[in-house]
Amino acid sequence: MYDFNTVKELINLSKKHELSITELVIKREKELSEKSEVEIRNEMKKSLTVMRDAIEQGLTEDITSMSGLVGGDAKLVAAARDKGEEITGEVMSQAITRALAVSEVNAAMGKIVAVPTAGSCGILPGALLTIADDHDIKNNKIVDSLFVASGIGLVVAEQASVSGAAGGCQAECGTASGMAAAAITYLLGGDNEKVAAATAIALKNILGLVCDPVAGLVEVPCIKRNAMGTANALVAAEMALAGVESVIPVDEVIIAMREVGDALPKELRETSLGGLATTSTGCKIKEQLKTD
Amino acid sequence: MSNLSAFDTLGPVMVGPSSSHTAGAVRIGNLAREIVGQDFKKIKIYLHGSFKETYQGHGTDKALIGGLLGLSTESSQIKKSFQLAKQQKIDFEFIPTDLGEAHPNTVKLEIKDIDGDTNVITASSIGGGNIVVTEIDGVEVDLTGDYPTLITLHKDKPGVIAQISTVLNEYKLNIAEMKVVRQDKGALATAVIGLDQQLDTSILNKIRKKSEIKKVKRVNPIE
Repeated sequence: MYDFNTVKELINLSKKHELSITELVIKREKELSEKSEVEIRNEMKKSLTVMRDAIEQGLTEDITSMSGLVGGDAKLVAAARDKGEEITGEVMSQAITRALAVSEVNAAMGKIVAVPTAGSCGILPGALLTIADDHDIKNNKIVDSLFVASGIGLVVAEQASVSGAAGGCQAECGTASGMAAAAITYLLGGDNEKVAAATAIALKNILGLVCDPVAGLVEVPCIKRNAMGTANALVAAEMALAGVESVIPVDEVIIAMREVGDALPKELRETSLGGLATTSTGCKIKEQLKTD
Repeated sequence: MSNLSAFDTLGPVMVGPSSSHTAGAVRIGNLAREIVGQDFKKIKIYLHGSFKETYQGHGTDKALIGGLLGLSTESSQIKKSFQLAKQQKIDFEFIPTDLGEAHPNTVKLEIKDIDGDTNVITASSIGGGNIVVTEIDGVEVDLTGDYPTLITLHKDKPGVIAQISTVLNEYKLNIAEMKVVRQDKGALATAVIGLDQQLDTSILNKIRKKSEIKKVKRVNPIE
């Protein structure tokens, strides 16, 4: 049995069997699905292709969301960078741009990979693929790191939640950011402890984030929060790879996230009854959409 | 750990923007199509709760129609499902409604098949693209589309369920889950039987021949 409930169990199993996190997650999936390793890897390769296609689509096509409320922000950031006007550096600017692109494609009913949800689908591709390309890393190794991300996602789903309705935006964008930070740390050679630290730091930084979609749509503030979650993943991975540890161990952070989620009032958990959704502009938008 | 797959948290591949409002809606359409089991030309769609509030912004309407046409959760055609339905001369209508205590993402479908029968199906999108059909033609069910499923309408009397399971046993079909519901004691009852293997038409016909069985339906699993 290669099953695990916590990051600590995942790391202990990894030591015991002398396997990488990637190999363990694949072995668990083999047991569960009765699929071969080749089939499982191919499925993940397909996800990688969908992520890359969404980035491409978001940066080349004219995107407008279903409500007509958002679209074109990825192109704006890319254009500013092309003029040399980025202020966070080339890598960060690329990552933000890509996260916006994927998230905008999602809002326009384009094809994406839900990581862990559709609302947070821009974060992992934005952060991970920008770093992978910047380091000229081959697809097979990127696929390896995607299994690390899903392993972390599994622990959060099991111990807390990845649903905005259950745990607020911290559960969606927070988990996505933690998954991305873990994957990047693994991709760049960080050991298991560093992967755990990166996850913990990323999750800690978004603890308490509310889910307050304007008019109930996955548009405002979701798309810009994808860019924020991407930046946070890079911040966490950079610290973890440099050797910065998380004072609070990752599994305790995940439990804290669950408790914070439980304590959030329902108004701030995807019901659109609080936060940005009930600002005067948020209410106006909702009314306008109703009458359109 | 539960049976969550690695592709549940890094996946599924789907068209946006929402796993419950879009991907779940496609899957409800897919399962309703399986339940109806034949062509149809007219659909009334009653939307409840959060589905009622935000169905246009989330493309829930396009997703439901796309699912009813047999498109998958990752089909780029979903955006164009209204045009596709019109090309196939399928008439559809959306009606915001209140279905009472139902899950916030619930839809009731009235689908008129080519035999002229109206199939009434109520289903909810319960998160992450997972769905459950809660009612078919007034009978309470619990159908998730995970297994090949046999649905019977039969006389509520001793031995009928045994007859059905004897036939299933003859063909070495394993029952994964089963639920029997009756409207009134001694009148008609419905069995919803989830199986581990596919149901051949010959098995279906054999069950259909039993005198106490009024109706038999096969619902294939959806992706």
